[in-house]
Amino acid sequence: MNFLRDHLVILPILLPMATGALLLLLNDRARRLKMLINTLSMLALLSLAVLLVQRAAGDGGGAAVPTATYALGNWPVPFGIVLVADRLAAVMVLLTSILGSCALIYSFARWHAAGPGFHSLFQFLLMGLNGAFLTGDLFNLFVFFEVLLAASYGLALHGSGGTRVKAGLHYIAVNLAASSLFLIGAALIYGVTGTLNMADLAARVPLVAAADRGMLEAGAGLLGVAFLVKAAMWPLGFWLPSTYAAVSAPVGALFAIMTKVGIYALLRFSMLAFGADAGASAGFGASFLLYAGMASIAFGTVGVLASKSPARLAGYCLLVSSGTLLAAVGFGSQGVTTGALFYLVSSTLAIGAFFLLVELFERVRIEGADVQTVTIEAFGEDDDEEEIEVEEISEAIPAALAVLSICFGICVLVVAGLPPLSGFIAKFALLSALLNPTGMGGAEPIAATTWALVALVIFSGFASLIALTRTGINTFWMTMSDHPAPVRVLEIAPVVLLLGLCVIMTIMAGPIMTYMEAASAQLHAPSGYHADVFAGPGGAPVERSAP
Amino acid sequence: MELILAIGIGVLTTCGVWLLLRPRTFQVIVGLSLLSYAVNLFIFGMGRLRINAAPVLAGGPVETALYTDPVPQALVLTAIVIGFAMTALFLVVLLAARGLTGTDHVDGTGD
Repeated sequence: MNFLRDHLVILPILLPMATGALLLLLNDRARRLKMLINTLSMLALLSLAVLLVQRAAGDGGGAAVPTATYALGNWPVPFGIVLVADRLAAVMVLLTSILGSCALIYSFARWHAAGPGFHSLFQFLLMGLNGAFLTGDLFNLFVFFEVLLAASYGLALHGSGGTRVKAGLHYIAVNLAASSLFLIGAALIYGVTGTLNMADLAARVPLVAAADRGMLEAGAGLLGVAFLVKAAMWPLGFWLPSTYAAVSAPVGALFAIMTKVGIYALLRFSMLAFGADAGASAGFGASFLLYAGMASIAFGTVGVLASKSPARLAGYCLLVSSGTLLAAVGFGSQGVTTGALFYLVSSTLAIGAFFLLVELFERVRIEGADVQTVTIEAFGEDDDEEEIEVEEISEAIPAALAVLSICFGICVLVVAGLPPLSGFIAKFALLSALLNPTGMGGAEPIAATTWALVALVIFSGFASLIALTRTGINTFWMTMSDHPAPVRVLEIAPVVLLLGLCVIMTIMAGPIMTYMEAASAQLHAPSGYHADVFAGPGGAPVERSAP
Repeated sequence: MELILAIGIGVLTTCGVWLLLRPRTFQVIVGLSLLSYAVNLFIFGMGRLRINAAPVLAGGPVETALYTDPVPQALVLTAIVIGFAMTALFLVVLLAARGLTGTDHVDGTGD
């Protein structure tokens, strides 16, 4: 087990990479074999993620354990690339693997066979996501962003068709332009501070000369714009609803975490480089993030109310969730971050489930829709041979409408943040931290922007409730079809699993909140991060001259 | 030297952004390529410029401040490879869009 302990941090990146490469070698016709390999790898990834979270949380003794770090090639820390698995990174990896597992199970019902290379692209996307969460190096973060984006371009087009290619074209163009900004930002920061290591950066930002500070902040601003494009902040997020509405359901569910990569990168970077210890640059961009987040919530809310199709509605729900998180990052107090992290996990699970549900809605909604027509749409009409291969892989469930409507109900409760489920707990934690900046009973006045944010968060929940209820009524009470198409066990199981996790999050809210509190405390203490990275493997003290 | 490089990057960026905002997919891809050239030059420039100097260190103790920083040059290599791969990928999508929609307008509904 020593091997596992030593290399645990890099395994969530290596495993999907190896699996993806292996799957590339297999013929696309060997579908059963591919499904088997992919499932086994997914299970392994899930257990690795659980181990990682356990390791980050310490062994239950409550004592502070040093953050697990991994020096690639054992190069000394500020020079080589380092991976860091602190509490936040570990929980994001776990969230990715949970969402990935559910999307994978769902895709087995039929989507995985709708085009070539699905399994490999799926694994490469997981590799990019895990890498982006674990890396502690700015340029390495760019590389993992590109890995996950390249895989996501392929997956966005999965299933082909005019709408997907059109939406995919915009998506790719926007993200390529954002990548250029990322590079300019990273290069400027390197030019000023002479380091790409994020822990080292945190230590060097306060030392930057006043004359160079403008360059540093310009670089950070450009980097921030690149992250904000990923996080779909208003007005940089117009690509999101149409792209996410066009992609196939399992891909949409997995994409639900991709906006969170942008949020994660912003949170990590702003806390490290512009935290309380950052000298003259402390809090750079925080108020901008707060207002931008509020604008995103407002735009998302309008979109939620205005969207007619459930898929677009899901996209706008994602915008609202992004906006809420951005505003919370901008607010920058430890308690708010705790609530935001809980909200991040809960809303990602619920919106992932919603993306999966949306496709099932379409099926019960359209009169006479059955698997045949959907298959034709997925494969293209000229591909008769492929159609037959979609065997009855899983049984159709009885009372599909009842099960769907119950799942939808739970989904609404979590997304809109109504009691008693995890969405409510998340919003409650967020709002109570906003209104009690110094803990319960503090008597200092609350700023007008805080009131505005509170009002926006509550109103966005209310608007989501209205829009989702309307969708529910249109789907379940006005269904014209007498014989809705069958819904398969494989399709409903992942939805139930995701929503079940939201219920578990509600029941286990205490321990999870404790974990998030510790994660937030870790985030707000960049000096601890710095010390852990430099004390870890490869972190031997190295003599360096000042930049 | 700095001025020439700065003007070069500026011209490339200007052309890149202008082409990126054009309605035809081919113009967009050329714009993105120009933009990535500009970015690569910019990263290169971040290693500082030095002319009429030896590119590699000779033996013995050297004054490192007299040489350019090699790290951005390594970064540029990575950025070039990634940018090239992404352009190729985008080209494929562009051709697919052309085939599916019958037009090379970025919105698929030209003219």
